[in-house]
Amino acid sequence: MAHSNANVAVAVPDGEEPKLPAVSFWNADYGIKSWLLTLDHKRIAIMYMVLTLSGFLLGGILAMALRIEHLTPDETIMGANTYNRVFTLHGVSMIFLFMIPAIPAIFGNFFLPLMLGAKDVAFPRLNLLSLYVYVAGAILLVWSMAAGGVDAGWTFYAPYSLSTPAELAPALFGVFVIGFSSILTGLNFIVTIHTMRPIGMTWMRMPLFVWATYATSIIQVLATPVIGMTAVLTAVERLFGFGFFDPTRGGDPVLFQHLFWFYSHPAVYIMVLPAMGVISEAVSVFSRKNVFGYNMIAYSSLGIAFVGFFAWGHHMFVTGQSKFDAGAFAIISMLVGVFTAIKVFNWIGTMYRGSIQITTPFIYVCGFLFFIVFGGMTGVAISSVSLDVHWHDTYFVVAHFHFIMVGATIMGFLAGLHYWFPKMFGRMYHEGWGFTSAAMIILGFNASFIPQFLLGNMGQPRRYYMYTPDAWALNVASTAGSSLLAFGFIMVAIYLGYAIFNGRVAGDNPWGASGLEWKTTSPPPKHNFDETPVIDEDPYTYRKKGEEVEHVII
Amino acid sequence: MSSSEAAHSAHNPYLAHHFDTMEQQDHAARLGMWLFLATEVLLFGALFLGYTVYRWMYPQTYQECANLLSIPMGATNTVVLITSSFTAAWAYHSIKVNQIKKGLALLAITILFACAFLVIKYFEYKHKFDVGELPGKWYSYEGLQAPGANLFFAVYFLATGLHGLHVVIGMTVLSIIGYRTIKGRYHSGNYVGVELGVLYWHLVDLVWIFLFPLLYLI
Amino acid sequence: MIIDFFNDLFRRFLWLPEQASTFAVRVDRLHYFVAFVTIVAALGCGFAAVYFMFKYRERKAFASTPLVNPSGRFEAIVVTVPLIIFMSWVFVGYRDFIWASTAPAGTMDVYVTGKKWMWHFAHPDGPNENAVLHVPAGRPVRLLMTSRDVIHSFFVPEFRIKQDVVPGRYSETWFEAKKPGRYTIFCTEFCGTWHSQMIGEVVVLAAPEFDRWKERLRIGNLPDKQDASSTEGSATEFKNDLLSYGRRVASVQGCFKCHTTDGTQHIGPTWTDLYMRKTQLESGDTIVADEGYLTESMMEPYRKMVKGYAQVMPSYRGKMSAPEAAALVEFIKSLRTDRLENLKSKDPAYGPLER
Repeated sequence: MAHSNANVAVAVPDGEEPKLPAVSFWNADYGIKSWLLTLDHKRIAIMYMVLTLSGFLLGGILAMALRIEHLTPDETIMGANTYNRVFTLHGVSMIFLFMIPAIPAIFGNFFLPLMLGAKDVAFPRLNLLSLYVYVAGAILLVWSMAAGGVDAGWTFYAPYSLSTPAELAPALFGVFVIGFSSILTGLNFIVTIHTMRPIGMTWMRMPLFVWATYATSIIQVLATPVIGMTAVLTAVERLFGFGFFDPTRGGDPVLFQHLFWFYSHPAVYIMVLPAMGVISEAVSVFSRKNVFGYNMIAYSSLGIAFVGFFAWGHHMFVTGQSKFDAGAFAIISMLVGVFTAIKVFNWIGTMYRGSIQITTPFIYVCGFLFFIVFGGMTGVAISSVSLDVHWHDTYFVVAHFHFIMVGATIMGFLAGLHYWFPKMFGRMYHEGWGFTSAAMIILGFNASFIPQFLLGNMGQPRRYYMYTPDAWALNVASTAGSSLLAFGFIMVAIYLGYAIFNGRVAGDNPWGASGLEWKTTSPPPKHNFDETPVIDEDPYTYRKKGEEVEHVII
Repeated sequence: MSSSEAAHSAHNPYLAHHFDTMEQQDHAARLGMWLFLATEVLLFGALFLGYTVYRWMYPQTYQECANLLSIPMGATNTVVLITSSFTAAWAYHSIKVNQIKKGLALLAITILFACAFLVIKYFEYKHKFDVGELPGKWYSYEGLQAPGANLFFAVYFLATGLHGLHVVIGMTVLSIIGYRTIKGRYHSGNYVGVELGVLYWHLVDLVWIFLFPLLYLI
Repeated sequence: MIIDFFNDLFRRFLWLPEQASTFAVRVDRLHYFVAFVTIVAALGCGFAAVYFMFKYRERKAFASTPLVNPSGRFEAIVVTVPLIIFMSWVFVGYRDFIWASTAPAGTMDVYVTGKKWMWHFAHPDGPNENAVLHVPAGRPVRLLMTSRDVIHSFFVPEFRIKQDVVPGRYSETWFEAKKPGRYTIFCTEFCGTWHSQMIGEVVVLAAPEFDRWKERLRIGNLPDKQDASSTEGSATEFKNDLLSYGRRVASVQGCFKCHTTDGTQHIGPTWTDLYMRKTQLESGDTIVADEGYLTESMMEPYRKMVKGYAQVMPSYRGKMSAPEAAALVEFIKSLRTDRLENLKSKDPAYGPLER
């Protein structure tokens, strides 16, 4: 491998048809055992992909059931108790089975060592263990669904979660167990980033996806134990009646909310920070430009992770917390918006004077930018306390966090999936299908959730089985949009599935990208690099070796 | 690392394939352990927060409940654990300087101290079960009927129970280290595993050093 | 006039409900500003990306590009501009929040109890109501709220107010309805199967009409009251008069064994003039005995002990229902030597802010 030649622009020689490597991590070993007991981070990533996408499918089907139920103000296809279970399970499976593990466990596992130039993550066995811990947690969650479902909402607020007749304990233990999987992944990544960088890979030469994953991992390691303990306390309370959160025994239900949001607010950044990292990669690669304001983007990831720990109280403005608390949490929450704004300006700056390849991932980048700004600014709006009084627990909040979690995270996920698809599978998807489905997803997403902002403004509370008839039109619009969104996702599944087996062979570096992961074969060999790469220049260098280019300071 | 260096140290049987040098591997193992300890601290942190909140809500009751706990038993346990932490550190040092037999003996003493801790804890628990000083709805102690007492014992049993679980895990870890030392895996050339196990045992000790004054003394 | 026109235009554009309270008018201005800035910024960023995508599209495959980096000034701008915009939102929002969570002096108090799945309202000097709350227009109304089971949340979109209703705690909010009308109350904290049907209604009447409504109910219930006074001890008596109900609760629960109503000190502090009294605690702190403190002392007597008294009072948590506690607080509030007959507080419950 010609590792020192950063001018990867000529990595695909003209005229010669690229071929798949004879041996890659896909066919290095055979048999089911070689997958189930593998210590290869790439195979673990692929298994995570299958599992988390199943979680996404489950959550998506439940979401469509909810939207169909809301086609009429009264009962459409399910009763009130079923509805309450369906929205809870939609939230639980989307958040714990898909969003939290998705980007870190799939792209993080697959590409973090490749991007650093390492042979594997620091603790491969722990990595495999985290996969099985995730499976155990997922089984507990699915068991609780099969045993009649859970109806407390994914937030499990006490004292309702203590008194509901639904089988909550397995779900709570499931959350605890999946939390451990998340901790193990995060711990592994932090150690990998600290200790596995080869010579020349200084902190300030790390790809921004690695920076984002690092910030995410810090949150995973430091916040997840608290939700674990909270889930256990709630389960113990249900099973043995310890009275910890139960007001009739002297406990404080609001303490539950504090403990819960101490994790679950930073958890939002576990979901969105890796997507921001993917976007940082994609925007640079497809603009063929150095990242504008690299330091700013890297540090703002850490800033979001740090500030995110102290913002949880903005979920509780109307619980009767003190006025001082409300003000403090409002200001801290606003800082997250400032850090995000820094990133947004720098991403747009990266495009300036680039040489932009218009590809499916780049369409998702454009969609992402709209969604993160709209979703992020509505977030700051909600944390402006007086507005939260009206919006709290209405569809406005639902629309806001779907803008961040679907609009931003899934755009990031899809951008990453398309961008890295040739590296993972060695083959190329069809761009025409990619554009069509991207357009459908972006339009469908807007059509689903902009009506929900308006529903929230109207004052429609969330988690309502029946709604007042004046909200009918907007609900139907939202359902129509979500159907379009669902068709978009199905289309992605079909053409990517087709491309895995029948796509055009992509070659080692179809995008002409400069990252280390593109300097090995596609798909990579079992040990990642035939020779440990040497890193002798900054990341995102898009000029020929020794070429003088114009240097612009804005 | 350059490939020649990697090839040089690849002779070390304790070096995993994906690391270049022993130093790198040890660094990774130590950092991983410290991060794990941080998550443990935060796990207990949720309980300490609960303790703080309820102590603030029921200050007087908490004081009276603390008086119900046996300070002699708690203090004995504190001494037992601190001593065991010392013997564990000594065992680590002995293995590091290749005094394997001495190290094994000290590990055994550490595990014995841990057993002693659990036995004392058993008698404390038994007393509480007998008189009904129990958490939540099980609280039935006649001597102190005040709101918040059941919450004190909820915190008490959850915190000491979780700590007891950690003691058991720590004993298991130390036993495995002892077994592997007998098998000749740990010696002056390879002792990071011992170091990490002992580090875990120190955490178990440290958590108790916080629990003892919070629950028994103040 | 023109302001009203634009107010209405923006409100309809954003699908906001009618502005039926004084707070709604206030908060909506920030609402418009925030919505405007957000839409402009999001479309701006999205279209900037699309514009760059076409303007700088690839003209030569894998071309080299110039190195573009931000200057210190650029970085300073992208930090300060969003910071200033967001700070202005938070500042205005926080100021309005303080205004909205600080009840003015002389409010009309209503006790609200949430339970699965209905709202219960108790007027201190009048009737109890289920699901429907009658209030006068143009007068600030304060709601003192608690729950009997799980957490609920009281929400009237037209008033733009919302407050969680937590078991074991009292929370309060207030509003001043601008004109007569009927407005829906929603529960916004998930509370079980029929969470979506925990709906009530605020009926705002013009002030004279409200007084007539209250009077009519009182007259309508007069026979009950007369019956009740002749059959001391009946469980159903005085149901419609919170004050008398509170007195009855006090005697049934045995409060008078320790607390007097004639101003003499006994085992516990006297209730006369207790409401709004500055009281020194064992801990050395001084508190004002407002509704929250009185309720808390019934439920958690030792949390804030009055200086000089022994710890002998039992907790009434679980022994007294939320409406009973509310009635008892109203009864204590009525025991004022200077204005024994007047239920309205002389002093403000909380000092109103300058505005």
